[in-house]
Amino acid sequence: MPDPEPPFLARLLFAWVCFFRVLFDGRFAARALAARDDPAKATGLVTVLRPSRPAIPPPADGNAALQLLSILQREGRFVDFLQQDIDAFPDKEVGVAARVVHEGCRKALRAHVTIEPVRREDEGARVKLAAGFNADEVKLIGEVKGEPPYAGVLRHRGWKTTRLELPSFVGEHDANVLAPAEVELG
Amino acid sequence: MSTPVSRFAVGIDLGTTHCALAIAPLEEARDARAGNMPSVLDVPQLVARGQIEAQPLLPSFLYFAHETDGPQALPWDAERRFAVGEYARARGADAPARVIASAKSWLSHPSVDRRAGILPLSAPEDIEKVSPVEASWRYLEHLQEVFDTRFGGGDAALASQDVVITVPASFDASARELTVEAAIAAGIERPTLLEEPQAALYAWLAALGDGWRKQLRPGDVVLVVDVGGGTCDFSAIAVTPRDGSLELVRVAVGDHILLGGDNMDLALAHRVRQKFEAGGTEIDRWQAASLVHAARVAKERLMSDASLAAAPIAIASRGSSLLGGTLRAELTRDEITQTLVDGFFPEVAADAKPVLRARAGLTQLGLPYASDAAVTRHLAWFLARQAAALAKVPGFTPQAGTRAASLLHPTALLFNGGVMKAPALRGRVVSALGEWLASDGAPPPRVLEGADLDLAVARGACSYALVRRGRGLRIRGGTARAYYIGVESAAPAVPGLEPPVSAMCVAPFGMEEGTEARLPPHELGVVVGESVRFRFFGSSVRRDDGAGIVIEDWKREGLEELPPIEVTLSAEGRGEGDVVPVRLRAHVTEVGTLQLEAEPLRPRKEDERWRVELSVRGSGPEEG
Repeated sequence: MPDPEPPFLARLLFAWVCFFRVLFDGRFAARALAARDDPAKATGLVTVLRPSRPAIPPPADGNAALQLLSILQREGRFVDFLQQDIDAFPDKEVGVAARVVHEGCRKALRAHVTIEPVRREDEGARVKLAAGFNADEVKLIGEVKGEPPYAGVLRHRGWKTTRLELPSFVGEHDANVLAPAEVELG
Repeated sequence: MSTPVSRFAVGIDLGTTHCALAIAPLEEARDARAGNMPSVLDVPQLVARGQIEAQPLLPSFLYFAHETDGPQALPWDAERRFAVGEYARARGADAPARVIASAKSWLSHPSVDRRAGILPLSAPEDIEKVSPVEASWRYLEHLQEVFDTRFGGGDAALASQDVVITVPASFDASARELTVEAAIAAGIERPTLLEEPQAALYAWLAALGDGWRKQLRPGDVVLVVDVGGGTCDFSAIAVTPRDGSLELVRVAVGDHILLGGDNMDLALAHRVRQKFEAGGTEIDRWQAASLVHAARVAKERLMSDASLAAAPIAIASRGSSLLGGTLRAELTRDEITQTLVDGFFPEVAADAKPVLRARAGLTQLGLPYASDAAVTRHLAWFLARQAAALAKVPGFTPQAGTRAASLLHPTALLFNGGVMKAPALRGRVVSALGEWLASDGAPPPRVLEGADLDLAVARGACSYALVRRGRGLRIRGGTARAYYIGVESAAPAVPGLEPPVSAMCVAPFGMEEGTEARLPPHELGVVVGESVRFRFFGSSVRRDDGAGIVIEDWKREGLEELPPIEVTLSAEGRGEGDVVPVRLRAHVTEVGTLQLEAEPLRPRKEDERWRVELSVRGSGPEEG
């Protein structure tokens, strides 16, 4: 299917960009020349020049992320902790605050998300990976080469979630507010 | 209109601090003997402003939103102005005057009008206060709405199901009546009441299936020790042989004791607060609320992990700066042991009695909390008072070594309620009980391993709804009190002294559901067109008083005065101001409530009777 023709302003901008790249970028000039002579060779050029946005899926709906942040703040003061500059405080203070954050966030996380290790073996154990292992679940590190099966040392067990349950919203709600300001009367 | 056909057995635990609802289909129950374990229905509720989430427990809190807070929308009601559940509980910490807690304790408060708008106690002017009955009704209404939303209403509506609602065994007749009133207001048309310790035993029976027969034998006496967030509730249930099988009979219940996990958390928090204050750190109201929470978490950690010597307590500052403002302290095992194990479950002698003294320490405005915080002392007193509870149980033969003695001899122990999750507290009850029994020449009790102590009551209530349909063993027992009304003695009046009052039994101990007491021979005069009050008494130990028995000195005989009862005779067919002689007739309804009726000796029409109200108006026992 032929690509739709870009509007005039876009073409003007494109011509402007091409003018400078042909002038200063030798490899680009070579490919542009090829494209002018034989459109079939133009794929590389087009890919380079097209706006890259359609190639990346649109970002996930951010509301769930905002909601989780809001829960972690409510239950465990997570945002307070990250927003504060901790450099000015001794480790003892940081440790005390970390307990508040850890206890609350852990409880909130467990209530809403089930997190399990990807690999059940102990870290440091030797593991084997057969061909076709799930590359989302296991990342090869170190001297990555050769053919499967692979043998290596488990350095990190990995984490995956098996359940995510968030509260649903009722009525009007601004998810951007992670925690309301609190004003005490009386 | 035909009675709708129920599809579900439903059990509702209407607790002081939490509610829960368990459900089992009636159809499957018909085929399957085993596998009737009721499942707990997750309850969607507001957990934060505008956010709804389903959780197994519905905290028993009611929050009245200020107009600035907007509607407390639920999927089925966008305009609601109040919230129940988790968000209401959370608001209790930052806007306490707008939140009702412990409505159930108010429902059984003997000296306030429980149908009057009195809660929240210190509500600001924009709140129209509600009665303890209405608060309970709102919790039940929320469960009803959740149920109907989930199952689509119609013939699956909660109103059409077999619904069992639990009450403390120690609830008196009027508190039971009010619970039913709240249920009916919430659209639960045919509720049945069940005592919570019995519900715990039903849950245990259901969890074991037929296996329970291996664990209980004739002659066993199960003591249920149920310590929840707000109350301590004791019951004794005897196992008797019947037609080659076994029968369970609830033989005794304890007094109403407002003492529970909330008091314990407060006591711990108070202890930690003293530490902070000794170090020169003042705790504000908000921090105090977090402190109670942190103390509970630390307690649970220490109680569940015997290897820990101390658990840290950190209280975050109020503002957004976490570092620099967070307070830290430690709760040690010794402190937990002193405060909880020795403070609330001290080692006491078998003949210990709860200490009555001026209230201090744990008292909050309004509620009549137990003045003695020692659960073990209340338990010892219960067993001592109920020493004779087994004497008249038909067919009951005590096991060897448990002959008549100075206290009731349980052979098995079942724990219930969140507090009893702590092994150290269970251990203390077991050892104390073992010592009392040993001093009386009886063997120590076995512990029946229970299910989830938070949810057992709802599940057991659901099992009972199945049992009522003929699936499984029923616990018998009838009313756990005898009831009396005050009649003026014929003794000559002495100027300046109140005429002596004696107590006449109108409802004997152990009346079963659906039964009626014989009419007592004594008659009472009631003035037509006026509301006439009688003093009312109860006893949880007098098993032999038949209807009509008169007790001259009710105080010495250990009767307990209850809120008065009230009869209003309409003037219909009679002259205003006439005195009509009546007799009182008591019957126990299928629902499980006590009903009193006044029957005229010379009726004007067939079956003429007037309902006698168990008063819920706040005249204290000293009045009237």
